[in-house]
Amino acid sequence: MAFEPTIISFLCNWCSYTGADLAGTSRIPYAPNLRTIRIMCSGRIEPTFVLKAFREGADGVLMCGCHPGDCHYHEGNYKCLRRYHLLQKYLQQMGIKKERVRLEWISASEGKQFAALANEFTETIRQLGPCKIKGVMETLT
Amino acid sequence: MSKETKNKPKLKLAIYWGAACGGCCISVLDVHEKLFDVVAVADLVFWPIALDVKYADVEAMENGFIDVTLYNGAVRNSENEHMAKLLRQKSKILIAYGSCAHLGGIPGLANFHNKEEIFERVYHTSESTVNKERVEPVTSYKVAEGTLSLPEFFNDVRALDQVVDVDYYLPGCPPQTERFVEVFMAIVTNASLPPNGSVVGATEKAQCDECQRKKTDNKRIKQFKRLVEVIDDGETCFLEQGIICMGPATRSGCGYRCIEGNSPCQGCYGPPSTSPDPGAKMMSAIATMIDSNDPDEIIKIVEQIEDPAGTFYRFSLPGSILRRKLIETQT
Repeated sequence: MAFEPTIISFLCNWCSYTGADLAGTSRIPYAPNLRTIRIMCSGRIEPTFVLKAFREGADGVLMCGCHPGDCHYHEGNYKCLRRYHLLQKYLQQMGIKKERVRLEWISASEGKQFAALANEFTETIRQLGPCKIKGVMETLT
Repeated sequence: MSKETKNKPKLKLAIYWGAACGGCCISVLDVHEKLFDVVAVADLVFWPIALDVKYADVEAMENGFIDVTLYNGAVRNSENEHMAKLLRQKSKILIAYGSCAHLGGIPGLANFHNKEEIFERVYHTSESTVNKERVEPVTSYKVAEGTLSLPEFFNDVRALDQVVDVDYYLPGCPPQTERFVEVFMAIVTNASLPPNGSVVGATEKAQCDECQRKKTDNKRIKQFKRLVEVIDDGETCFLEQGIICMGPATRSGCGYRCIEGNSPCQGCYGPPSTSPDPGAKMMSAIATMIDSNDPDEIIKIVEQIEDPAGTFYRFSLPGSILRRKLIETQT
């Protein structure tokens, strides 16, 4: 069977989730590989969530928040941005390719952009193949 | 000593080291004259650093014969694993003693590599090695006198609870001796013990909650610095001076030995129970402090943290969520 990526996406309640919703209500078809978790703010995405996603078998993680300056809580998305860059550096040390984690800004009106992002990210992960970190750890415990 | 305690059968205590430096055993010796209190109520039945008791003697013991075993060190090879399983079987209470048994500790940093890479470095490419025949350790080797054997070197390092069930964890590198005495005396006096799986000899609070250094709520860091690049004033929070300190994501209980010695916390006591991953909590905390909203500047500031994995998981890589580096050549 062809490889179908499992992608965990964390979408903020105020912009990105609403944007994804808009893609749905506008009947825009997009890749069904995303397992979406709605959170109140991209500032709520702890590095732990991303690590746990990989540990439990995700092949990619997508983080989305409001555009800079638009955060419902003023600066949650900036916190997310800082954490994202530090987390990326750690993940690369752990042998996880940087393309597997992505941070993008999606506003409530960007349904089309969200659908395009979902397709494009799914394709990127499909090219990379399965993330093997889960398998490596299982054989050793 | 009361008559009651005198007539009580003595507790049987065992101390074993897996992949360890020996510091944990020394921390037990650091009870100094209190050692007399310990031996008054306990018989040491097995302690390789101090007593000549053989593995065969432990194997001959009945199951549950030992009351308390302090296992320090990580599980690096099949000998460590065998002893962990054996001591689990022979002990009523098994305590993971010290950072290595708790979360993997310094030996756990080997999880950035696998067995193949480690052997290549140690037996072939290290500067002081001449090994033209490419000799490597093997688990069994036939000589005229018979077969020699060595333990098998595992592909990765494990914390004790990744091999056997652990009753309690006593963290620290090494654990503060006073904490050990407190825990030991609690066991001796039959004080009510916390539920199995608890971390003992440490608090639930983070180091920062009790740290005496001056700090503000809103920390802002423009530049991360190494300790040698700063003239520490001895009283301002290390983080506020741009020095990475593991205080926000580390349990207290150690008595702030490092911070009182003007050195930032390195995180040997592990994370409070509320954080499932020691380093992730720290990454979360420290990234928030970065004083910039500009992606390019953020990247530049993050670049100043030379080795996030080694810094934030210095004592805890095997016990973290990812546990080890993904090496793609592995199947």
